[in-house]
Amino acid sequence: MGHNVTSVTQQTNALALRGVVKRFGDRAAVDGLDLTVERGVCLGLLGPNGAGKSTTMRLLTGQAVADEGAIEVLGFPVPRESKRARAAMGVVPQQDNLDEELTVRENLEVFAHLYRVPRGGRAAAVARAVARARLTGRERTRVGDLSGGMRRRLLIARGLVHDPALVLLDEPTVGLDPQVRAELWGLIDGLRAAGTTVLMSTHYIEEAERLADDCAVMARGRVIARGAPSDLVARHAGKQAIEHHGPPARLAEVERIAHAAGLPTRRTGPSVTVLRAEELPPSALEALGADGFVRRPTLEDVFVILTGERVE
Amino acid sequence: MSDTGRLRRFEGAALRGVWRYEAAQFTRYWKPQTFGALFEPAFMLLAFGYGVGSLVAAVAGISYRDFVATGVVGTAALFLSVFPAMFNGYTRRVFQHTYDAVLAAPVDLHELLAGETVWTAARAGVFGSAPLLVGMVFGLDPAPGMLLVPFIVFATAFGLSLFGAWTAARVASINSLDYVITGVVTPLMLVAGTYFPMSSLPGWAQVAAHANPVFHCVELVRHAVFGFRPLADLGHLAGIAAFAAVAWTLALRTLRRKLIA
Ligand SMILES: Nc1ncnc2c1ncn2[C@@H]1O[C@H](COP(=O)(O)OP(=O)(O)OP(=O)(O)O)[C@@H](O)[C@H]1O
Ligand SMILES: [Mg+2]
Repeated sequence: MGHNVTSVTQQTNALALRGVVKRFGDRAAVDGLDLTVERGVCLGLLGPNGAGKSTTMRLLTGQAVADEGAIEVLGFPVPRESKRARAAMGVVPQQDNLDEELTVRENLEVFAHLYRVPRGGRAAAVARAVARARLTGRERTRVGDLSGGMRRRLLIARGLVHDPALVLLDEPTVGLDPQVRAELWGLIDGLRAAGTTVLMSTHYIEEAERLADDCAVMARGRVIARGAPSDLVARHAGKQAIEHHGPPARLAEVERIAHAAGLPTRRTGPSVTVLRAEELPPSALEALGADGFVRRPTLEDVFVILTGERVE
Repeated sequence: MSDTGRLRRFEGAALRGVWRYEAAQFTRYWKPQTFGALFEPAFMLLAFGYGVGSLVAAVAGISYRDFVATGVVGTAALFLSVFPAMFNGYTRRVFQHTYDAVLAAPVDLHELLAGETVWTAARAGVFGSAPLLVGMVFGLDPAPGMLLVPFIVFATAFGLSLFGAWTAARVASINSLDYVITGVVTPLMLVAGTYFPMSSLPGWAQVAAHANPVFHCVELVRHAVFGFRPLADLGHLAGIAAFAAVAWTLALRTLRRKLIA
C-alpha cells in the first residue's frame, strides 16, 4: 500500500513534506510542517523572519536533515536519495554564493558541470543562462564587478542552467530596487509559463500576489494557512476593509469597536484598518463614524492577521 | 533520517564538476603559483645550500646542498597543500558560501572534499617536485627514482591538504589560522629532516616526527634520489597513509557538522 501512495505522489506532487520537524538545539525551526506542492505550480511561501522558510528549503536539498517526518522531492525520498532530487532541482539561495573571482561565464560553466549538463549541451545552456540573466556582453566580467541587480539575475540564471523541473527561490528579490524586481518577476513568470514547479519564499506580499498560483503562510515552523491568494483574502480578510486615520486615541476607539463586534483590525502607522467590515452590525458601523475609507482587503491584510507581523 | 549509514559512492560526474571549479580558479592563479614554486626553492637552495653549505660539507653521507635540495621538496609538499586547503576552505565555507552552492547541486560532501583534495595534491605533486629541477640546475645528479617524486609529494600533500581542510572547518575566524600556522605548520616543516638531520634533534622529537608526514616524505624523496631502502620506505608510505586516513575522517566529520545542519 505504501508503494501505491508513493507512485501516486510521484505523478502529481513535486514536493511532499509530512510532519517534518527540524530542531536547532532545543528550538524547532520547522515544527510539524505538512506541505505538498503539485507539479507545475508556483507556490508562494510567506512568513515573518524566522518562520522557517530557509530551513525548509535546506531540508529539501538535503543540506539540513530533519529530526522527524518524511520528505519527498520529485518522487525521491530525501535525504536518502537527495542527490537524484538535487540533480533535477535548481536552487536560488537567500544569500548570494556566486564566486566573485570568476567571470559570469565561468560561474555558469562550473554549474553546468556540477549539474551534469551533457557536454554537447553545455555551451548552449551557458549561452541561454547569460541571455536569461541579461548579461550578454558581460560574460567576461568578474562577478565581483557586477551590480547588485546583475548579481541577483546571475544567481537566478545559475540556478536554472540545467533547466530544472523544480526551482527553489529563497527571497529572490530581497533588497533590490523596484525596477530590477519587476524584471525578475518577468523571469519567474516565464518559468511558471514553461511548466516549472516553483517554491518561492518572499516577504513581499505583492510578489506573491503577482506570481503565486497558491500560497502557504508559515509561522513558527508550520503552515498556518494555505490557498490561492484570492481565496486566502476571502477566507481571512473578508470582502471589505475600512481604513481610519486619526490620532492614537481615535485609532484605539476604532479598534475597541471592531473587536467588540468580533472583527480583526490592523494598525499601520497613523491608521487602523477594520477587516471583514461587511460583517459589522449597523450599530457598530454608526459608532465608527463616516470618516473611514473603504477598500478591498489584500493578501497583506491576511498576512498581518495571521502572523501578527508587519510587512515591508 | 541520518545519511551516515549509506554506502559512500564517488561519482565521476561529481568529482569532475568540482575539478571544473578548481580549473577555473587555477586559470587565475597559475602564473604567481609557478613563479613561487620555482623561485622559492631557488632562494632556499641559495641561502641554505651556499650559506650553510659553506659551513657544513656533508650530512648523512650526501652533500649539504643535495640534502637541502631534497629536503625542500618536503617543505613544498607542506606549503602547497596546507595553505591552499586552509585558505580556500575558509573562504569557500564562510566568505563566499561556495560549499553551500556546490552541495545544493548533485555533489555530496565526501565528493566535494575528495575532489578538492585530489586537485590540491595533484597540483602539489607537480609544483612540489620543482625543487629537484632547481637542484639539478645547482648540480644535483639526476636519478631515475626522481620520477617517483611527484607521486610521493601527491600522497603527502593529500593528507596535509585534508589536515588544512579540517583546521579551516574548525576555526571560528580566519585569524585563528595563524595559531595553526605557527603552532603546527612550522614544527611540521622543521621537525622533518628538511634543513638539518633528524639526528641533531632530541630523542622525543625524533619519535614525534613519525607522526609527521613531511618527515616521511623527505625520507622517501631522499631515498628515491639516492637509493631506496624497501623496508624503511614501506614504513614511510604507511606513515603517510595513516596520517591521510586520520585527516580524512576528521575533515569530513567537521565539515559535515558545519555544512549540513
Ligand atoms: N544553522 C542554524 N543553527 C541554529 N539555528 C538556526 C540555523 N538555521 C536557522 N536557525 C534558526 O531557525 C529559525 C528559522 O530560520 P529560517 O532561516 O529558516 O527562517 P526564515 O523563515 O527563512 O527567516 P527569514 O525571513 O529571516 O529568512 C530561526 O530562529 C533561526 O535562527
Ligand atoms: Mg530565510
